[in-house]
Amino acid sequence: MSTYVNANVEKEQKLSQYKGVLVFGEQKDGKILTVTYELLTRGRKLADDLGCELSCVLLGDEIDGLEEVVKRGADKVFFIKDAALKNFLPRPYSKAITKLCEELKPEVIVAAATTTGRTVMPLVAAMLDTGLTADCTELTVDADTRLLLQTRPAIGGNIMATIKTPDHRPQMATVRPKSAKPAAFDANRTGEVIVKKYEGATFFTPEKFLEYIKDTTQEVSIEEADIIVAGGKGMKNADGFKMVEELARILGAGVGATRDAVELGWTTYPHQIGLSGKTVAPKLYFAFGLSGKIQHLAGMQTSEVVVAVNKDPDAQIFKVADFGIVGDVFEVVPMMIEAFKNLKANA
Amino acid sequence: MNIVVLVKQVPGTDNVKMDPVTGVMIRSGKDTIINPLDENALAEAIAIKNSHENVKVTAVSMGPESAMKAIKEAIAMGADGGVLISGRAFAGSDTIATAKAIAAAIRKLGDVDLILCGERATDGETGQTGAMIAYYLGIPVATYVSAVEVKEGGVIVKRTVEGGFERVEIPFPVMVTVNKDINEPGFPTLKGKLKAKERAVPVYGPAELGLDPAELGLKGSPTRVVKVFSPKLSRDTIMKKADGTTGPVEEMMKFLAGKEAI
Repeated sequence: MSTYVNANVEKEQKLSQYKGVLVFGEQKDGKILTVTYELLTRGRKLADDLGCELSCVLLGDEIDGLEEVVKRGADKVFFIKDAALKNFLPRPYSKAITKLCEELKPEVIVAAATTTGRTVMPLVAAMLDTGLTADCTELTVDADTRLLLQTRPAIGGNIMATIKTPDHRPQMATVRPKSAKPAAFDANRTGEVIVKKYEGATFFTPEKFLEYIKDTTQEVSIEEADIIVAGGKGMKNADGFKMVEELARILGAGVGATRDAVELGWTTYPHQIGLSGKTVAPKLYFAFGLSGKIQHLAGMQTSEVVVAVNKDPDAQIFKVADFGIVGDVFEVVPMMIEAFKNLKANA
Repeated sequence: MNIVVLVKQVPGTDNVKMDPVTGVMIRSGKDTIINPLDENALAEAIAIKNSHENVKVTAVSMGPESAMKAIKEAIAMGADGGVLISGRAFAGSDTIATAKAIAAAIRKLGDVDLILCGERATDGETGQTGAMIAYYLGIPVATYVSAVEVKEGGVIVKRTVEGGFERVEIPFPVMVTVNKDINEPGFPTLKGKLKAKERAVPVYGPAELGLDPAELGLKGSPTRVVKVFSPKLSRDTIMKKADGTTGPVEEMMKFLAGKEAI
């Protein structure tokens, strides 16, 4: 009995050393990426609920505008500065973050579910021997236990699972980019910017970053787009699919597609949305001639407003739509194109 | 050169059935496939084997005994052999516990130069295990890879990242997780199927891998699923029927303006 009690006290003492919320901000070419400010929105809420400090860590060689991270909600900004951290490489990045975590002992770490966050966080979790929950859509704090409740879609979005990390610290999660609004700028906020230099061979790695090649084939990247116009098999052929592209052009939107549409060659893989493609969360999503298989829904159901047009009134897509029109896409979509053209002409 | 390909058995995604009461996926052993992105990883390994000399490809899977099917399929498609990690002690493993077990199995295989797997599986969708395995093996990792160029002593990979691509040079041994752009997976051959039937595949449990049961399964998993629920799929949908007039589209425009979506 007493051994059990002692073990519990020991565990609680160990866990209670961990304080504060840390978010992993991202930069490219020394410019802070917007996703950092989205993380500050998430982090600020958690820090307020836990009654603790919010810190943000950024890695790089030179970074502009670190003060802005304070103005948008961080109490402390840690800039780990090293020439080896200029471009993303998994080893040096994970070692640097782990080093800071060993010093800070944060209770919670939140990163973005970007290619960077989703690569570095598993390494950090393994180094710190703690849990990590990927791609969370919701993060809350249990008021009684102070535990982080991490909710994410599982099994292709068929179910939601809430996950916690009861006995390990830090509690770590990644959240989808675009799933929170960037934190607002407040010129009066104060905080600290701390430049960290870890000398020595800490960041030695056998990997060599060669180059970054910008993909110019995508006019509007669907992950960044505020509006997406997507089409499926119901567009019938490549010509039909052009309507999707036309409306997207008028709206300055990204073009999305189901796996079927990509496999039929109407558009290319970078446009594929769903389990085997990209996950998107735009403000507005148009779904034309697609039935809404779970695989597709998994990639778009967190869109803010969804408009669907489909012949079949029982199509799954209507379940996630805010506005649905039952009808032939070849009748309805041209009318929409007209309506948006007029709207633009009168704006 | 020794290549390991990780293949995960997942539900055939077009046939996922949910228990209407509990909202939990009904897993049936019959209706399973190799995780599609792992098939890309396998195809890449086989392509490397076909274009280089002295390449051996071993498929490794972790799962119930039925996951043997995934390994046999991998052999039918061109892998030389396989290993299955299986046992009750592994049940309920999260990504960390899974990575520890798989890393132990790879270590047991001896000198491995290149490990390939899909960047995520269609069931768990976490995309975490690949990187974690690399950590436990003490080797570098490259994720979201859409091209692998094997060179003397290492690889040059092309990673698909936000807005473009990165090229990174990494010496062996290295873990590479691939995306769909990398290739078009092939099909099993008759010769391969016959080979798969004959080839004995060892099954490793905790004892064979020298693992402490406390580090495995649910016990060895820092994360706990506390609640599972159905997502609120249905929104308060406004439904209109197309009637040949512009009425429904006009209403949609009003609706979008009201939502400040346009």
